[in-house]
Amino acid sequence: MTDIIIHCAVALLLPPLLLGVIGKTKAAFAGRVGAPYLQPYYDLIKLFQKGSVFSETTTWVFRAGPVVTLAATLFAALLVPLGRHGAPVSFSGDMILFAYLFGLSRFFTTIAALDTGSSFEGMGAAREVTFSCLAEPTLFFALITLARMSKSLTLSTILTSVTPAIWLAAGASMLLLVGALFIILLAENCRIPFDDPNTHLELTMIHEVMVLDHSGPAFGMILYGAALKLFVLGAVFVNVALPVATGNTFADWAIFIIAMLGLAVTIGVVESVMARLRLVRVPQLLVGATILSAFAMILVLR
Amino acid sequence: MLIALVLAPLLGAIIAWIIPDNRLRPLVLPVTATVHLMLTASLLGNAPPPSPGGWFWLDPLGKVVLLCISLLFAVCAFYAVGYLAFRQERSNRVLCMGLLVCLSAMGTVTITQHLGLLWVALETTTVSMAPLIYFNHNARSIEATWKYLMICSVGIALALLGLLFLAYSTYVAQRDATLLLGPLMESARDLNPGWLHAAAIFLLVGYGSKMGLAPLHSWKPDAYGEAPGLVGALLAGGLVNCAFLSIMRVYQICLASGGELYFFQNALVAMGLISMAFAAVFMARQADFKRMLAYSSVEHVGILAIGLGLGKGALFGALFHLLNNGLTKGVLFLSSGNIHRSYNSKTTDVVKGVLTRLPWSGGLFMAGFIAITGSPPFSPFISEFTIVSSAFIEGRHLVGGLFLLFLAIIFIGMALTVLPMVMGEPPAEIEPTNYRDRLLTVGPPLFMLGVILLLGVWPPEFLVALLKDGAAMLGVRS
Amino acid sequence: MNTFADQLLVLVMLINLVMLGTSRLIFSIRAVAAQGVILGILPGLIHPFSGHLAGITAGIILAKGVIIPYLINDAVRKAHIRREVEPYLGYVTTLLLGAVVTALAFVFAEKLPLAPEHKDLLFVPASIATLLTGFLILTTRRKAISQIIGYLVMENGIFVFGLLLTEAMPVMVEAGALLDLLVGIFVMGIVINHISREFSSVDTSRLRTLKEE
Repeated sequence: MTDIIIHCAVALLLPPLLLGVIGKTKAAFAGRVGAPYLQPYYDLIKLFQKGSVFSETTTWVFRAGPVVTLAATLFAALLVPLGRHGAPVSFSGDMILFAYLFGLSRFFTTIAALDTGSSFEGMGAAREVTFSCLAEPTLFFALITLARMSKSLTLSTILTSVTPAIWLAAGASMLLLVGALFIILLAENCRIPFDDPNTHLELTMIHEVMVLDHSGPAFGMILYGAALKLFVLGAVFVNVALPVATGNTFADWAIFIIAMLGLAVTIGVVESVMARLRLVRVPQLLVGATILSAFAMILVLR
Repeated sequence: MLIALVLAPLLGAIIAWIIPDNRLRPLVLPVTATVHLMLTASLLGNAPPPSPGGWFWLDPLGKVVLLCISLLFAVCAFYAVGYLAFRQERSNRVLCMGLLVCLSAMGTVTITQHLGLLWVALETTTVSMAPLIYFNHNARSIEATWKYLMICSVGIALALLGLLFLAYSTYVAQRDATLLLGPLMESARDLNPGWLHAAAIFLLVGYGSKMGLAPLHSWKPDAYGEAPGLVGALLAGGLVNCAFLSIMRVYQICLASGGELYFFQNALVAMGLISMAFAAVFMARQADFKRMLAYSSVEHVGILAIGLGLGKGALFGALFHLLNNGLTKGVLFLSSGNIHRSYNSKTTDVVKGVLTRLPWSGGLFMAGFIAITGSPPFSPFISEFTIVSSAFIEGRHLVGGLFLLFLAIIFIGMALTVLPMVMGEPPAEIEPTNYRDRLLTVGPPLFMLGVILLLGVWPPEFLVALLKDGAAMLGVRS
Repeated sequence: MNTFADQLLVLVMLINLVMLGTSRLIFSIRAVAAQGVILGILPGLIHPFSGHLAGITAGIILAKGVIIPYLINDAVRKAHIRREVEPYLGYVTTLLLGAVVTALAFVFAEKLPLAPEHKDLLFVPASIATLLTGFLILTTRRKAISQIIGYLVMENGIFVFGLLLTEAMPVMVEAGALLDLLVGIFVMGIVINHISREFSSVDTSRLRTLKEE
């Protein structure tokens, strides 16, 4: 019971902090003081207090977009195990639901963007769908590989059964998986080198361009949903990359939270030292990630 | 003694590198070649026993190839002095060194019994020949050099993989992994058949591309066409025979293993027939007479492969043909080099009436053509006849029939190029060149022509015995 | 130690894929050098220590890791080669082909009758995958220098297989093979230089004067 409460609390409260840490890391690299760690929370509160403006040309789809997106992501957060504890909701085969919850949220984001009728948003939607189309196989290959290792189709079992022993025995394929998952983490969350979350040039944006028309609480939901998605995929990554379990509930949770913050710092470092890729190179990197995870699968299957 | 065969040319190469004078330097070639020929003669008469460890042994197969190479090189070396006198505009340092290094490596190929060392030596011949093909320093020759280097290097690399497979098959058979021919043949029956089969395929492809067996021959017309005549002679008579010796070594192992022989023989016959077919198609209406010679070389490696693949009586013919083809190609390439120098062109629309302009070179080219197409009284007739007759004796009527058909087509195709070129009237306006037939450019090929005539009319006793010994090593008991 | 050797072989195969995916010439030269160095380390992991082994390790690392990259870099500099690789086929296509080829290598290696002590090792699939990748680079890249790199990758693949037999190969043969490779690359470097002078480009698709009319 304690675990479920902590699970929900961490999943609900931690995500914006990750954005804050990433921002702070980037500021430190740039030699600035940067916004406070809690700035994303302030932003969210401010947005939720505002009123909404909806374009007259839009339909209910546009309003449903942020809600469905956030709901799907929240459900995904319930499926993924955090801090070496089983997830609140888990059943055999939930890894497929997990993957397609993201698909559902992406579908609503893009269809809401198309609903506005803006050409820029349509372009962003096309890019988003193209890239996620390339990124999806990677996630699946990675999940299949892990499922094969743990001989289970339940996300909780799959992710908590990664142990240091497995790392020693199949280090190469685990390394490949971690590499592929990290690339997917960056791509799915629209981080550099795939997309620049801070850009304001419509022509180069992917994700940001799709949500230009949202405002107020709807935009807050989108921002919060994005942070949550980063958190969920980050949790999957941390589970695979850091297979330590002390046995003590609170120690495990502490380790998990520290690991998540460390991950945020890593993302910040990557964003600071890398430039955004040319758009034509993005599919190349995504296909590369797919090949990495497929290769890991071959190594495990043989 | 065996080591001297390797070291003497290397010493010559060093001397050639030291000599600064472009006119004096080529003289190293005939001197080294004479020493080499004398060493060869004494080794043929009185071969030393296998070296301790079994790495070096000049067996009858090696002897045949060594004889051919040494003789051919000696002739080319004397010719080179005369040829390079006409090519004083460019430094011949690299050419002389390359020739001598290649001679050393070819010698190594003939005397070693270790397949790994044989591979190394063969790769050395590939690399050392590359700068020689580029002797003319123009766009066409660089293209030929590049294709030659890439295709032969890749081919030879595949052969290395084949060798590793071979060694691994001994490992799987729980023996000490080795690449020495003797132990390999002793244990051949126990070798893992799967690995042996893979090894045979890779070695055949690898050495086959080096030898120029179709369909792996694509570098040959380019390289032979652009290389100077004497380099072409050594490629067609020296390198081809070294690669063929390597294939014969593989054949020996397949023979000892029993089961693998059938496949290997059939593959050889098939590739041989394909080579002859390719040559027959591309030789017709070939306007470039050096490329025509290259296709003739493709044809003759095909004949060698068929001879080896048929086995039994054809083996004697194959070994004899190895010698005949090497020497006849020498006559053809050297005289074609003269014609090329004199006309400054190698296409038949310019080169006409060679007999009028260069009676000696034209006559030699004509005689070489008659010899290479297997007409009596020259020796290629005897070897080709031996192969084809044994094909019919063995009941391989299809192989024998195709063989004769291709020979006939090739004869016609070659005649269509050679006859108008040699006979006919020299064109009225023609670029004057400084080339005239001299003793040193005509004498060596003439000598070689004499040798093949002699071999055709009256093959010496010791040679027949040697060839029989060689054939015996490949499975025929005389 | 064998698991560590396996991890290194995975790295070798990854480098194959990196080489197929990269567009930078200099980067692929470095990658092939890295592959050579890994090949140098590997024999020490699977065979007991001996003088022979130390010699091979030093020789391979020196030749494949230092001298050959130096020679190729030299050729790149002298011929003023632009940094792009210029493939006939797109990067993504060759990368996918490379992945397919790697998977096939695993399937093929399963079927080979290996000695029992080599059954679980990755040497054979790594060797075949690297060999085929080399072929792929050799055939799909336009530049002469990329073709040399493809040849080197192929050679590396053959070496991987040879590592299983290090003890069977006499030093003289190993040294000779390495020396031949070195001289071969040296000569190819010179030829590239001449190609770039003759054609003002190292694009091998321009080498098409010689053919049957």
